[in-house]
Amino acid sequence: MFLAIRELNFARLRFALMGAVIALIAVLMVMLSGLSVGLVRDGVSGLQNLPVTSFAFAQDVQRDSAFSRSVVDMTAVDEWADQPGVADATPFGNTLVNTRTDRGTEVDLALFGVQPDSFLSPPVSQGDRLGTEDGIVVSPTALDAGLQMGDVVTIDRLGTRLRVVGVTEQQDTFGHVDVAYVPLAAWQAIKSGTAPGTALPQRAATEITAVAVRAADGKSVDLAAGDTAAGTESLTLKESYGASPGYTAETTTLQLIQGFLYAISALVAGAFFAVWAIQRKPEVAVLRALGASTGWVLRDALTQAFVLLAAAVAIGVGVGLALGALITGSGIPFALSMPSISAAGVGLVVLGLVGAGAAVIRITSVDPATALGGNR
Amino acid sequence: MSSRPAPTASTTTADDASDRLGLVMRGVSLRHGNAAETVQALDNVDLTVRPGELAAVVGPSGAGKSSLLAVAGGLARPDQGTVTVAGQDMTVPSRRTRTELRRQHVGFVFQSGNLLPALTAADQVRLPLRLGSRSQRSGRDPLELLADVGMADKSDRRPHQLSGGERQRVGIARALVTEPSVLLVDEPTAALDRARSHEIVRLLAHEARQRSVAVVMVTHDHDVLQYCDTVYEMVDGKLATSS
Repeated sequence: MFLAIRELNFARLRFALMGAVIALIAVLMVMLSGLSVGLVRDGVSGLQNLPVTSFAFAQDVQRDSAFSRSVVDMTAVDEWADQPGVADATPFGNTLVNTRTDRGTEVDLALFGVQPDSFLSPPVSQGDRLGTEDGIVVSPTALDAGLQMGDVVTIDRLGTRLRVVGVTEQQDTFGHVDVAYVPLAAWQAIKSGTAPGTALPQRAATEITAVAVRAADGKSVDLAAGDTAAGTESLTLKESYGASPGYTAETTTLQLIQGFLYAISALVAGAFFAVWAIQRKPEVAVLRALGASTGWVLRDALTQAFVLLAAAVAIGVGVGLALGALITGSGIPFALSMPSISAAGVGLVVLGLVGAGAAVIRITSVDPATALGGNR
Repeated sequence: MSSRPAPTASTTTADDASDRLGLVMRGVSLRHGNAAETVQALDNVDLTVRPGELAAVVGPSGAGKSSLLAVAGGLARPDQGTVTVAGQDMTVPSRRTRTELRRQHVGFVFQSGNLLPALTAADQVRLPLRLGSRSQRSGRDPLELLADVGMADKSDRRPHQLSGGERQRVGIARALVTEPSVLLVDEPTAALDRARSHEIVRLLAHEARQRSVAVVMVTHDHDVLQYCDTVYEMVDGKLATSS
């Protein structure tokens, strides 16, 4: 620390320029983290809020589109309810629809068909819970999109009319579309394309998208055994996020960008400290000649890198959080998550140190004898 | 060829107890280069410098003067021969051990001071005390030492704010702060005018005697040899007493 801090102070402009680059990367990382969390929330918050541990889809269903492709018979619900460790199992229906209010507002909805008396029926922040045949409970974000309590929405091409009777407590979105909880019977009619006033085909009345399973507290459920018994294919709740439209592509893209940012950060820090290490070679030779051990010189250089990286990342994260606070609520899918941002910040510092370490390691090969003669 | 022992009172046998407190080199040889091209930097060098003695080594460029200092200070290991500083073997294979011995027993004064640009004069002198572990941080008071070399009023200045002579004074203080047994001085007057050169070498001679430090000074400057107790000449790696 003795030399590291004094050099930081002495060459403050040089280190400030380097710090500014790292800080900008940290700002970008915070923004990406916010976008990432925001997009995840926009994509699967409807699933995240469900009190479910796993979904049982149709056997051999394509996993990345299981919610739109799966068709399961209602008999599977009873099979799952009988499995050891299962506290509850209930039918779950899912489909995306285009609707229009009587005021002409067009709203897309992700319908979650659930039995009103099941554990999937959501609590509400205003209005009533699910119950009436045509009543729907919508995400509060649907109100931002133009819906109002009491609105009647008509499903395009089908003409089915549903009334907004309640609003869930928190954002419920699926594939960036606002969720509307609808009674299972109404969902089955919509899914099968049964127009109002027409009898529901018997087959449609037994079909659901998946069985929603809730494990008993502290118990684990043997999903393979349940699938064998019910003829289904289970995904845990987290695995089922990948079946949400666009989820995997979005998260993979953002993770890739974040990965590149980490690599860039390590490279930038490495390049800076490589140049710095080369410039310092004569001084390191003097230090070694004066009796500094290799460990002392390395510790000093890495301390310097750590102080610079930590300060720059802290400033960058601070600026990123301020910018993020401005963006949050502006319509962009953006959410600040301190655990994610902290992890990103620590990641930047650690990878920057790796880059700096790889660069300054070369000072261990400096020959102290070069401090003698006219070598400087 | 073996070097001749200096015919002065300072040259004694290696077994003399007082020699072991200074620098003793016996039969030291060092070659640089590879199998295709080899340079004999030191050729069977014998040298004894006792505490309080200032020995000068003169010679043309490339004669091996810097190699002599490097081997004496444990910066390089000789191919053969022995080197002891304060009775400690400076030719041990372990670089870590040699570094520790150097930190404890050897002080270096470089050309132009070789001060670190980021440090003030006071910090330059404090630096050697910070290079060891906490338990090894004993030595002289840096500010007192700066005062002794006439730099008390410039202790907060950095190297670029000091003249050549002042930089050398700070360099001397830095070398003495750990109370070394041997001071190895490399061309201390290389960048100084005549008056400053005399001032610096007088200071070195004074410090050597007052603190009983064995000083080896490599120099091209024959003007300052009057302050030295012994003068050696080095040619092609061979050391001989100067006429």
